[in-house]
Amino acid sequence: MSDENESRAARLSRRAFMQGAVAGAAATALPAAQAQQARPGAQAGAATADAAAAQVMLNINGRSQAMRIEPTVSLLDAIRDHAGLTGSKKGCDRGQCGACTVLVNGRRINSCLSLAVMHEGDEITTIEGLEHGGRLHEVQAAFVEYDAFQCGYCTPGQICSSVAMLAEAEAGTASAATSAADLRGVLAPALSDAEIRERMSGNICRCGAYPNIVAALRAVHGKSA
Amino acid sequence: MKPAPFRYAAAQSLEHALALKAEAGEEARFLAGGQSLIPAMNFRLAQPAMLIDLNPLDDLDYITVDNGALRIGARTRYSRVEHCAEVARWQPLLAEVLPNIAHPQIRNRGTLCGNLSNADPASELPAVMLAAGARMHAHSAGGDRWIAAADFFINLFETALQPDEMLVEIELPALPARSGTCFIEVARRPGDYAMAGVAASLTLDANGRCGSASIALCNAGPTPMAAAAAAQLLIGGVLDAEAIAAAAAQAQEEVEPNGNVHCTADYQRHLAGVLTRRALTSAAARARQGTSA
Repeated sequence: MSDENESRAARLSRRAFMQGAVAGAAATALPAAQAQQARPGAQAGAATADAAAAQVMLNINGRSQAMRIEPTVSLLDAIRDHAGLTGSKKGCDRGQCGACTVLVNGRRINSCLSLAVMHEGDEITTIEGLEHGGRLHEVQAAFVEYDAFQCGYCTPGQICSSVAMLAEAEAGTASAATSAADLRGVLAPALSDAEIRERMSGNICRCGAYPNIVAALRAVHGKSA
Repeated sequence: MKPAPFRYAAAQSLEHALALKAEAGEEARFLAGGQSLIPAMNFRLAQPAMLIDLNPLDDLDYITVDNGALRIGARTRYSRVEHCAEVARWQPLLAEVLPNIAHPQIRNRGTLCGNLSNADPASELPAVMLAAGARMHAHSAGGDRWIAAADFFINLFETALQPDEMLVEIELPALPARSGTCFIEVARRPGDYAMAGVAASLTLDANGRCGSASIALCNAGPTPMAAAAAAQLLIGGVLDAEAIAAAAAQAQEEVEPNGNVHCTADYQRHLAGVLTRRALTSAAARARQGTSA
């Protein structure tokens, strides 16, 4: 047997061994409920307290959608993989970058740090839900006008975060850049660049489009103020 | 990233949540904001067999004020505490620390009680609870009890809560007149966990001397670290630069930093001294001005 043949045989047997080992591990490590769920056509338990997939109704962009998902599925994965709305991006998947920011009942959250099953009955808005009748949301339009991106990967999260941020500012919410004492009695504070940067600190742009993002938001805020 | 499989139960009431927990014990974790628990599960650092979701419990989302004493419920999210005028008025230390907790998206979801139950010594909030003299209200299916903050944090990620108990609310005493507080930290980036941070609360007596003092540090040991001896040094004295420097030097002796990938233990100890001095200086000035923050 040549060296080449020998090594091919070794690879084959190693691959076969690995496949066997993985299958064996999966069979022993998976809880019965999940192993059952893996079989096509298997019935999942109806109880909520079950590790298997359950029927979850999510209201995304005004449309109610039923999906069968396991409790382990993040809101972000449900939006992207189950609802097919791939605008929301998975950047770090650990709550540090903000690329997955969506609005839940009008408040911005990181959809990677939330489980889909927690959001039945919530009103979820993603980047796809911001335009109306073919017209871009004013923040979307400003991002285009001010060239507030390079690669665009963080942009859906930046825009969703901005929409909530501007609403928060309009409601008179303070930030670390303006102390609560400074804001007492002020209903809608004018946002300085420092304010915008502080309030958008949960969204990272690796391309460094920050100056243009700030400019876009300054323009939108200036229009409404 | 996917967590290990778990069963999920949405709590229908506090009683329901407590009954589920009594049955499942340590196998189950309560899920509030999930901003620490979900990443910990994704990294398989936590693998609870069951999550009991407290998010449906709207009645646990509250901030009440009774004679200046604040009570904050288990489902109250950071952003509500951060923007609550009553919190800023009665316990400015808590209002001051909150912008340091991660970013707005996280603060829209995470809860104060969830953070405290997680007992991460790197987090700012356990230290603030020590400095503010908070009390924790624990409930189980069998009853309830109050636990002083000083007795609540046992070790790294370990609290005095029993497996069947839940932290249902915290109470912060009203800050007396002639008080000043300050929180200050050094972090690599705003919103990160601090390399070290200090919470200080000072109250002057009628003669302008230090009537009471408390100092607590985050990321300075296995639990939030109270610098009790340092605080004791200040009591009865004038809060001048010399007294504050002595207390800061003492605080450095009381911390047990471990160092991490961003900083050595020596640097954390150095920060503990510098930040204690700055926090006490600000708190003393605020107490003298009669503006607590």
